[in-house]
Amino acid sequence: MTSAPVTAIKAGLLSCDTCGLLSQPASAAEPGYCPRCGRELESRRHRSIERTWALVIAAAICYIPANMLPVLGTTTLGSTEYDTIMGGVVFLFTSGSWPLALIVLIASVMVPLGKLVALSYLLITVQRGSVQGSRERTRLYRLVEFIGRWSMLDVFVDTFTVALVQLSPLMSVRPGAGVLFFAAVVVLTMIAASTFDPRLIWDAISDVGSEPASSRVNNPQQESNLG
Amino acid sequence: MPEHRYLDGELTPVACHECDLLQVLPDLPAGGKASCSRCGCTLATRPADPIERPLALAIAALLVLVVANTAPLMGLSAVGRHASTTIIGGAYQMWLQGQEVTAVIVAFCAVIAPAGYLLCLLIVLFAVRRPPAPLWVGGMLRWAERTRPWAMTEVMMLGIMVALIKIADLAKVEAGMGMYAVGALMLLFPAILSSVDTEELWARVAWHEPDPEPGPAPERELASEQAPDVISNSAPNAPETPSEASAP
Repeated sequence: MTSAPVTAIKAGLLSCDTCGLLSQPASAAEPGYCPRCGRELESRRHRSIERTWALVIAAAICYIPANMLPVLGTTTLGSTEYDTIMGGVVFLFTSGSWPLALIVLIASVMVPLGKLVALSYLLITVQRGSVQGSRERTRLYRLVEFIGRWSMLDVFVDTFTVALVQLSPLMSVRPGAGVLFFAAVVVLTMIAASTFDPRLIWDAISDVGSEPASSRVNNPQQESNLG
Repeated sequence: MPEHRYLDGELTPVACHECDLLQVLPDLPAGGKASCSRCGCTLATRPADPIERPLALAIAALLVLVVANTAPLMGLSAVGRHASTTIIGGAYQMWLQGQEVTAVIVAFCAVIAPAGYLLCLLIVLFAVRRPPAPLWVGGMLRWAERTRPWAMTEVMMLGIMVALIKIADLAKVEAGMGMYAVGALMLLFPAILSSVDTEELWARVAWHEPDPEPGPAPERELASEQAPDVISNSAPNAPETPSEASAP
């Protein structure tokens, strides 16, 4: 188990990010184009760490106004009440639907914050060349990628609330500036997750056990799910 | 199973796209799945019917998508007044209220991305029924893969339900046809995703570089180069798991 694992980059091979084809480029410095799909080949996503940091920092900045500014303004007979995201959660909780309040709290407050923390953690450990817990960190990355879209929940809730409650002068709902920042956080963190290259997590291990690339090829685990 | 899935033999070397580990894919049984031995990510899946089933599901989803986008999602009645909204009507109202950027994001995630994904996938699935499909099909497939993460039908469904419950405190609300259509779409999308095999689709598209000599060496050469080692390595365990799986 401790012998150096053979990665594609060590064997002088590249797998295409678009179509997944494994090919042998003429030179490692200029790999050229994928022979199958014709897209440019690169062994690791271009400037992955810098780009992901930039997007994470931008999202962290947007996260503050997203939570401070109101996302909805409800006008009832002349008087207007503004609600932030947390205000919406509290409203749902006090009106008796605590399961929904919990869903909105998780999707709108905890998931975006958790994503920012998780991506920062992944970036820092990669930059430090950490070799521990690579499997767990890959799993964390997969979780971030999977869960990111659910933060859009509040944007949809606000959109449909605004669209439906237009009974002026009796009652009308207007979107607040917070919605834009909140949507920006979701979009930026989703792009950040896609610019981060999880292979960087494992590169540190390959660098430590630097044996010459043997022709040992690993066998994947097989499972089948026939119903 | 289509016999042209892998161009020569059952063993295909692949690099895990999450940890770059070089591995050899054994011949998977229908419905089987191979995952990376190091990081556990899914390397390949082999759905039972990778072309016709997603094609049927995608056609159904496209019809449902039309209903979901034209029928009213939900209605509201209070003091003798009635209002209803559609998906795109929601985005349009956001635009009218001065939230243009949010309106575009909502329209993209709720309408444009799901419709774009379905249309691209449908074209690809139709085109690859007679391989090799022309080069532009590869471009379509790339677009389908790109728009897929932004199609947020299931998130929108939950958003509609939360909005309904929130408004139900203020006025009488009722669910419209559109909401049921979104619910059906929410079930159809994962069914499509699990029945599509992207690798199989790529294998049926014509190569960009038909003559491999001047450029990078394709998969085929590599496979023959490493074949002896590969076979001796995977021979003991390769026949075991598939036979176990093909029992039913």
